Amino acid sequence: MTVHNLQNWWRRVSLESEVLYLFLRSPAALIAAAFVVVIGIAVVLAPFLAPNNPYDLSSFDLLDSLIPPVWIAEGEARFLLGTDDQGRDLISSILYGARLSIMIGAVSILFAVVLGVGLGLAAGYLGGRFDMIVMRIADVQLSLPAILTALLIDGIARGILPGDAHDRLMFFVLVVAIGLSLWVNFARMARASTFVERNKEYVQAAEIMGLSPWRVMFVHILPNILGPLMVIMTVDLAVAILLEATLSFLGVGVPADQPSLGTLIRIGTSYMFSGEWWVVLFPSAALILLIISVNVLGDFLRDALNPRLR
Amino acid sequence: MALLEIKDLTVEFPTRFGAHIAVSNYDLHLERGEVHGLVGESGAGKSTIGAAILGLLPGTGRVTGGSIVLDKQELTTLDSAAWHGLRGNRISMIFQDPQTSLNPLLTIEDQLLETILQHLPLTDDEGRARALHLLNDVGIRDAKTRMKDYPHQFSGGMRQRVVIALALASEPDVIVADEPTTALDVSVQKQILGLIKKLAKDRGVAILLITHDMGVIAEITDCVSVLLNGTCVERGTTGDVLGRPKQPYTRSLVASVPRLNKRVARFPELQSRDPLSIDTACSVPGASAEFAAEWLLGGSQTGPDPDDAVIAVENLSVVFSSRPSLFQKRTEFQAANRVSFRIGRGETLGLVGESGSGKSTVAKAIVGINPTREGRVSFLERQLELAHKRPTNDPSRRQIQMIFQDPYSSLNNRWRVENIISEPIKFYGLATHPGEARKIAASMLALVGLPQSALLKYPHQFSGGQRQRIAIARALVARPTLLICDEPTSALDVSVQAQILNLFKDIQAKFGLSILFISHDLPVVRQMSDSIVVMRNGEVVEAGPSESFFDNPCHAYSQLLMAEMPSLDLLADPETLMAEARN
Repeated sequence: MTVHNLQNWWRRVSLESEVLYLFLRSPAALIAAAFVVVIGIAVVLAPFLAPNNPYDLSSFDLLDSLIPPVWIAEGEARFLLGTDDQGRDLISSILYGARLSIMIGAVSILFAVVLGVGLGLAAGYLGGRFDMIVMRIADVQLSLPAILTALLIDGIARGILPGDAHDRLMFFVLVVAIGLSLWVNFARMARASTFVERNKEYVQAAEIMGLSPWRVMFVHILPNILGPLMVIMTVDLAVAILLEATLSFLGVGVPADQPSLGTLIRIGTSYMFSGEWWVVLFPSAALILLIISVNVLGDFLRDALNPRLR
Repeated sequence: MALLEIKDLTVEFPTRFGAHIAVSNYDLHLERGEVHGLVGESGAGKSTIGAAILGLLPGTGRVTGGSIVLDKQELTTLDSAAWHGLRGNRISMIFQDPQTSLNPLLTIEDQLLETILQHLPLTDDEGRARALHLLNDVGIRDAKTRMKDYPHQFSGGMRQRVVIALALASEPDVIVADEPTTALDVSVQKQILGLIKKLAKDRGVAILLITHDMGVIAEITDCVSVLLNGTCVERGTTGDVLGRPKQPYTRSLVASVPRLNKRVARFPELQSRDPLSIDTACSVPGASAEFAAEWLLGGSQTGPDPDDAVIAVENLSVVFSSRPSLFQKRTEFQAANRVSFRIGRGETLGLVGESGSGKSTVAKAIVGINPTREGRVSFLERQLELAHKRPTNDPSRRQIQMIFQDPYSSLNNRWRVENIISEPIKFYGLATHPGEARKIAASMLALVGLPQSALLKYPHQFSGGQRQRIAIARALVARPTLLICDEPTSALDVSVQAQILNLFKDIQAKFGLSILFISHDLPVVRQMSDSIVVMRNGEVVEAGPSESFFDNPCHAYSQLLMAEMPSLDLLADPETLMAEARN
């Protein structure tokens, strides 16, 4: 693509896209997007940016434990934000932890979207008994708190898998647990939108041609219901990250030698009132910043894509 | 000084691309007892004027120039508190859709009483007496008991009478009626229009009637303004403007209105309001309307032959059954009852009836997406399986194509036009390679009068008429033998309707297609059809050749339908207008 093409493309997009127009005029969304980009870059480049590797047991020393941040008298220049009880550099732990948290969040949302949209679309389009069964399962799922579902799956995984395999597969256990507790949102939204689309004449036109239900559902209807799904995807991404942090905080998440943000906060709480406040403050601040940024972006998208709220 | 004086009214909607002028320099004098018609096509600014008079401009709209004076009081500078005392009191409104303009959770007595007590210093009992009186005035029988009913217990026409009673509740001086009969059937439309006219004369209310329908204008207005893109192009007494239009736009508008009294070969297209931007950014080698014609004829169509039945429908019955919950009995609704008709090769059959008469139900049963209880459909001398039993690869799936009413929902908004049109080509295996499919799609667009650059665009970038052309291209590209058109022009403006109907006529003349033309609009059906089937409550009440039907309808219901159509006698003869335009 030449520069000229790129300019043309940008002119077209900026003229035609209502979302982009609103985005450039919404300070909150711009700031949130900036934070997400900064966090994203920091997290992707964590191995290069982080002064230490918190996963490498030989890189830290128990003698360095609980050193305060650098601007406090006892602080050391080696550890910008101080160290935790194991002597791990906090800033490195946060970078690696956020990386893990975001990854688990994103993959579990993907899992929830595939499961939820597939089932919801089919339920909305086919209706009848299939719809009834899927939606009753969804109701049962909704009546179980997300954390309970996650604990249940974690428990089952613990029972089936041998100890060290469990630790290695913890990532996937968390993805399945979080995905399973979030798919209902997507299924309901997909089903409701499909109900609306199903009665539109373009769907009837496709049916009259003799297209298979699969083609009608995934080629004709799916692109038309993606808008609202994108919105709950962003909002639920924050929920997923938070859920991961909660599970890790409760001790059913990733093991302590590969800390996610939640694990770091759990470690930090024990030192909250003993003067070593930094161990809990900085990971918590990172988590809050991440969640708020993603939420603000999600809210912005919801408003921008819904003409009635404008 | 007239009751309502509008001078130089200009309304603007600021957008990010600069101010959009919706109405510019509009003048109006409205006297007591006068019905003034505001006519124009979609986007002409009719409703904006109505909203400005009521101080209810939507969104960012604002009056940027001119004045609206009601009885010496300037309205454009009022604050919202002053509007509260005025709106619904001295100026009120009749809305288009009586389904949504009444609150479904309140009885009509409560709704009337609320409005009356808000504006008039009456006690509850006096207010109730007044509500009863109003309902009697608008022709609701047995008003005393019906007052306790909820809106859903009334029919559409009765509900619109209630809406009118609501508008009259506070003895207004001016009523703005925005498309008051567009959502109603013809037989009800006549009564409502009669009622509005009578109320204007008896009570001395000035009425501003906003409509796109020339028939409605001819029926009840005294004076009329014709709007085009926010500017008034012609105004005068209704007889003058419709009978002796002076401006080219008014002439083309009047000439495009289909007439009930005689059939014309083609509709006059004097002035196109649907300009197509021609750009050559995209060009497919070898694609042309001629190629499309050649390709369509390759589907082996022969000349018209009324004796050679393309489709014969016998005793078709459609029953919708539903069970609201596990614990309730299954309820059944007979949407079509023993419907029979046949369509000859190259013929057009008009299927006529009011809403709920089962016209679309029959069409959808023929294409196999409605549950069919009994009956036979033979297509090209072969009996078709009905409903879900019809195999997805049945040849009739390609040979019968359908065009829908609403061009905004009949095209997939997320697809490019190229994909929309080539889907049938690919699905039915009509092209040997993608390049050929692209060439056919581009040629089809040329055939329906769209530029090739349309291939790369999305449906939302087109107007309603252009979208309907795309839908027609999609249906034709399958090389059908029978085309089912379900109200193909009722969502379109008259001038666009004329273009689309001409397109149907041209295509039929060239390719000998058979058409099942479904419409509630008798003049349109007369212009299009060789024979007619009239349906009512799911049953066929009359069938016969078009000309003898329109000149001499036999069944009482057909006669009634015909009599209820607004009279178009006031309108100038289209052929005279065409002749004038040529000189």
